[in-house]
Amino acid sequence: MAKIDINKERCKGCLLCISVCPKAMLKKSKQLNKRGLNFVEFQDTGSCVGCSLCAVICPDCCIEVYK
Amino acid sequence: MITGNEAIAEGALDAGCRFYAGYPITPQNELPAYMSRRMPQLGGIFIQAESELAAINMVFGASAAGALAMTSSSSPGISLKQEGISYIAGARLPAVIVNIMRGGPGLGNIWPAQSDYFQATKSGGHGDYHCLVLAPSTVQEAYELVKLAFYLAEKYRNPAILLADGMLGQMMEPLVKNPKSKIPNPKDRRKEWALTGCKGRAPNIVKSFYMREGDLEKLNLALQKHYQLIQAKEERYEGLFLKDAQIILVAYGTMARISKVALHTLRQEGIKVGLIRPIALWPFPKKAFAAKSSSKVRYLVVEMSYGQMLEDVLLTVRDKEQVEFLGRAGGGVPSAEEIIKKVKKIL
Amino acid sequence: MNKVYSRPKALKDVSTHYCPGCGHGIVHRLIAEVVDELSIRERVIAVAPVGCAVIAYDYWAFDCSEAAHGRALAVATAIKRVRPETIVFTYQGDGDLAAIGTNETIHAANRGENLTVIFINNAVYGMTGGQMAPTTLIGQKTATTPLGRDAQLQGYPLKVSELLAQLPGVKYIQRTSLQSVQDILKTKQAIKEAFQNQMNGLGFSLVEILSPCPTYWGLSPLKALEWIKDVLSKEFPLGRIK
Repeated sequence: MAKIDINKERCKGCLLCISVCPKAMLKKSKQLNKRGLNFVEFQDTGSCVGCSLCAVICPDCCIEVYK
Repeated sequence: MITGNEAIAEGALDAGCRFYAGYPITPQNELPAYMSRRMPQLGGIFIQAESELAAINMVFGASAAGALAMTSSSSPGISLKQEGISYIAGARLPAVIVNIMRGGPGLGNIWPAQSDYFQATKSGGHGDYHCLVLAPSTVQEAYELVKLAFYLAEKYRNPAILLADGMLGQMMEPLVKNPKSKIPNPKDRRKEWALTGCKGRAPNIVKSFYMREGDLEKLNLALQKHYQLIQAKEERYEGLFLKDAQIILVAYGTMARISKVALHTLRQEGIKVGLIRPIALWPFPKKAFAAKSSSKVRYLVVEMSYGQMLEDVLLTVRDKEQVEFLGRAGGGVPSAEEIIKKVKKIL
Repeated sequence: MNKVYSRPKALKDVSTHYCPGCGHGIVHRLIAEVVDELSIRERVIAVAPVGCAVIAYDYWAFDCSEAAHGRALAVATAIKRVRPETIVFTYQGDGDLAAIGTNETIHAANRGENLTVIFINNAVYGMTGGQMAPTTLIGQKTATTPLGRDAQLQGYPLKVSELLAQLPGVKYIQRTSLQSVQDILKTKQAIKEAFQNQMNGLGFSLVEILSPCPTYWGLSPLKALEWIKDVLSKEFPLGRIK
């Protein structure tokens, strides 16, 4: 069991993390952050394995991974 | 007996300079050659860079790392260094730049000249900044002034230029090392701002880039206040016979030596001639002219250029008509006889 | 649960000015991770370039200088000579290192300065609005090659890593890419080796990193990574060059 925490204010909506999540648990949110960007949300379906691929590709160091 | 170029190098080493980056260009070649021999003996660093431009940026790096750093060149090479000098001024770094001036513009020639006065004193690079500028007129003084240049550069965290010319650089004269030299050694100055690895402190940043609104203006205001302080405290000049002079020669460096010959000849003929020899070209010695501001004295500015220091004299003297000029450049050197003839014509 | 992945200590906890999907942010983090892992934060000194990464000093939590455009390797040479106990690296873009700074780059390399160079190749000038860079590809449209780079007029993409590899003073050159997570991890490995080389006094080490510039390639961040994989890395082959 693992999970991630996304700093939604710092996310710039580049969506690269979504493209690498092997469990497709990341989704572009409908809401906007203070920058007016659609940040990415983590949908905890319980199948996150803490692989950290999302955190590695994130250009803005928004993602923390817990295992 | 030592050449001006080597005396300057020796003075820098005695001041504690342990980093030199340079590039070959006549007439200053003896200076880097001397450094290439002496620096290793003193555990210092000598680099012959790939260009004068690289050399000044190496001085930026060495100074940012806390070293007493220096470069030297001649006119065309100094032009290549202007951007680097502006960065050094903007980053508030101490550094010494030696210009053994030669005939210009363009490739010019290797004869002595004083045509880089504007470039040195009016900030040849971009932005509002000043370098301290010191101008020796003897080999001994060149040795002393480069030590002073390091001391002032460190004291004010500002680039300092030693402005000499090919004649002074190449001539040989005796050099007497005065142990009681009153110039304190800049070496023992702690530099908390230097880049040394942030062990035990917050990281240091050495830069001249200020993008946040108002930050660069704040830096400029601080620099201007700083320059006013330097102007108030660091004016230097030699005055001869100023009290009774009807006409005062104004000349620096090599031209001051030639002017002294004319002065003594004229005084023997009973003509009361004086001399103001600026030693600091920036800050320009306004005080030298203050003493005579009331009287009707005449000034004859003599330069190996077509009138650059002349403009500072005109800015300083109240009555512009008092000021006359005699100048030659491109390697031409006004002779004592020419000065004498001009003085007689004026009076 | 405990935290297994988070911001490296050597990276300040601030947001960056880089565009969404820009490679600079990734490489800044990789360098900070390497600095933490080699525990050299208190010994490292960075020299930032002029370019998008000019304010890299706002993001790294260690000593940093900012050099005139193209002169980072001259500045770094002097810092390393004056302070040999520190670990000095330059972080430069293709314009800084391979256009205006080519002379400083070649001569620092030829002197075999014991330095680490992180070279970001994104085939354009980002900071100034997407102009042609020395590494712009033939046919690639930029702000200054509106009809695409034409070899007859603007010459060919400059392979500066291959050029430098000829110099005996150069000990290590690796070209990597940010096109995938796997490549990002390879990039980190190369950066680590380049730092370790300096720590072991090996000499001049350079890592060239093919990095996305979505804004001036006119592509989405994801498409930009694909463009590196399908196009840019064909012109600039990945792997160990020296």
